[in-house]
Amino acid sequence: MSNLDDVTFAAPGGDDPAEAGVRETTEGPVYTVSGDDWGDVVDAAIAGQERIVVNMGPQHPSTHGVLRLILELDGETIVSARCGIGYLHTGIEKNCEYRNWTQGVTFLTRADYLSPFFNEAAYVLGVERLLGITEEIPERATVIRVMMMELNRISSHLVAIGTGGMEIGALTIMTQGIRERERTLDLFELITGLRMNHAYIRPGGVAQDLPPGAVESVREYIRWMREYLPTYEQLLNENPIFKGRTVGVGHLDLTGCTALGITGPVLRSTGLPFDLRKAQPYCGYETYEFDVPTVDTCDSYGRYLIRMHEMYESLKIVEQCLDRLEPGPVMIADKKIAWPAQLALGGDGLGNSLDHIRHIMGESMEGLIHHFKLVTEGFRVPAGQVYQAVESPRGELGAHVVSEGGTRPWRVHLREPSFNNLQAMAAMCEGGMVADVIVAVASLDPVMGGVDR
Amino acid sequence: MNASGDRSPEQDEATAAAAGTEESAAAPDAEDLPERPADGDADRVGAQKSASAEAVVAGPGDLPAEAPEQEPGPPPPHPSRRGMFGVADTGDTSGYGRLVARDTNPVRHGSTPRPWGDEYDSVGDALEAAVAEYGAAVERVLVDRDELTLFVRREHLVEVAQALRDDPALRYEMCMGVSGVHYPEDSGRELHAVYPFLSITHNRRLRVEVTCPDEDPHIPSIVELYPGNNWHERETYDFFGIIFDGHPALARIEMPDDWVGHPQRKDYPLGGIPVEYKGATIPPADERRAYN
Repeated sequence: MSNLDDVTFAAPGGDDPAEAGVRETTEGPVYTVSGDDWGDVVDAAIAGQERIVVNMGPQHPSTHGVLRLILELDGETIVSARCGIGYLHTGIEKNCEYRNWTQGVTFLTRADYLSPFFNEAAYVLGVERLLGITEEIPERATVIRVMMMELNRISSHLVAIGTGGMEIGALTIMTQGIRERERTLDLFELITGLRMNHAYIRPGGVAQDLPPGAVESVREYIRWMREYLPTYEQLLNENPIFKGRTVGVGHLDLTGCTALGITGPVLRSTGLPFDLRKAQPYCGYETYEFDVPTVDTCDSYGRYLIRMHEMYESLKIVEQCLDRLEPGPVMIADKKIAWPAQLALGGDGLGNSLDHIRHIMGESMEGLIHHFKLVTEGFRVPAGQVYQAVESPRGELGAHVVSEGGTRPWRVHLREPSFNNLQAMAAMCEGGMVADVIVAVASLDPVMGGVDR
Repeated sequence: MNASGDRSPEQDEATAAAAGTEESAAAPDAEDLPERPADGDADRVGAQKSASAEAVVAGPGDLPAEAPEQEPGPPPPHPSRRGMFGVADTGDTSGYGRLVARDTNPVRHGSTPRPWGDEYDSVGDALEAAVAEYGAAVERVLVDRDELTLFVRREHLVEVAQALRDDPALRYEMCMGVSGVHYPEDSGRELHAVYPFLSITHNRRLRVEVTCPDEDPHIPSIVELYPGNNWHERETYDFFGIIFDGHPALARIEMPDDWVGHPQRKDYPLGGIPVEYKGATIPPADERRAYN
């Protein structure tokens, strides 16, 4: 900041004290525009000073949350674009260090709130590798995890396409997308008890088994989606306005993607079929039959097409999961790790199942000890570190989990694809038009909960 | 109780040689302690799950030829964990609080001799060929839980990263960021920066770990080589105070610009206030009774 003594503040244009005025600086007059003073801006533009710095956000509806875009404009052309982030930083990673390993899931599920199951899965798979129990996870739990992740991919892509459409004026696609997403969230609520922030995937398995009727509901959901997803394509694929706004906008080629560490649909829109589910499978993805859609347009339209196709592929995977579901346990057999209690719906809401309470209070002293030790103290994880990556809807979500051998994580770090991919905003937008910023950012699909954590 | 500071290098060597049993062993100076049960709850978890740890620190079978007659001592005391339950405040009247937890963390002193398996061996060969001063650059190599970690001295980080990116046999096109870890008791190497690398060409991963002391928290930036690390390095600076020399604009990214301190360091309190509910007061999370 230059010396404030050199700066003179002119009186506001009117009597309104809220109106900002003109400030003389060494670089010429600086107009701070806060509304109702466009006359000053027009006068300045006529005088030949067209360089305007616009703060888009942090509450602009098209910024997917609290993202602040700092755009330097020459007319309507963007000279430089920068992001201001951190408005949604909640200290999730720090908090994890003060809870036991199982409780960490409850925090991490809130990071990227549109893809909670992926956050949980990355962390939990990491913890399980630290424990060395990856092979001991029951098959049913793994299948349920895959199913929930793929359903989550659909709900996340629906928001990406829906809000992306809304931001360029296609409100119908938003209302449709949110409608289908609600159906997905209804499934989540049925299975986990919560629409979002589930904390469902736990070290050792999942929190509870599928409730009665879940399989039928998922099958009905697949039928519904197969019927309604094509209407999205009918509405958008050849829509001249939609194509006019998205084709060739937000261009980022393969070189740019690798340099900036971009993964996910943005990377696949350059024609590279890199998907961790195929390349470095986890949770048995190598045994499922599905395709990795790619396009080679490198633009926002291509990313939309990829997200549409991925939803169909996810439906295929969910269907295979349903066929594979065999009765069995959903939590590891090792009683030193497995969460002891099962939830049940009682007269006063969801709580520990009465059967379990009866067991530990009336039948088994060891059961009581286990329950007490695991819930208050938690289990210990051998010292070391792992980096576990999963393919989230936005790209590579990596969990760097460090243990010092105690009952709490020493460090948990999420390598968030939203955080990383948002760096490409400048590369996509600079030199383009203001209106294209919205499309480019929407095609990156950043979720600020994940960016800021 | 044994202080953590008096660990000698020889002891460290011995540790690396000793197969790590995960849990505490009775302290030599605590003869009056009751014999600890063979199947304490926590102990059993550790014993069952230590298989992967044993693979890391070289087990007795992997020792070089001159070693066998040397009796491997127990691992050194753990720098931050105390006792069996880890409770620091009053309330532990069992006597187990005086047990010494052993330090088996391979991140601190583990090193894996070759062979590391075909894939990782080929990475190692390519790296030795590509980095001129390989011996000086790479402190030690660790294969833990099927992950290859290179501990690189910070002066050589840029050189190693350049080789990782450009050598055709390595081709780690992407650096997936950098994650800081704070080990306050690891004197001289308190701050660790962990870089996960990804090679799409060869479809494999690699981790580079760089350390720096708290007094001199400088690590060279690799943003020139991997532009995508820009924000990640800013984040690590923000949270840990590691200064990445050569970064184009090393400003805070998550915390406000005028924030004081680096919140993810272990000496930075979590914060929070006591909450009263139905007459009982629950202290904030970092002041609750804790087990380590």
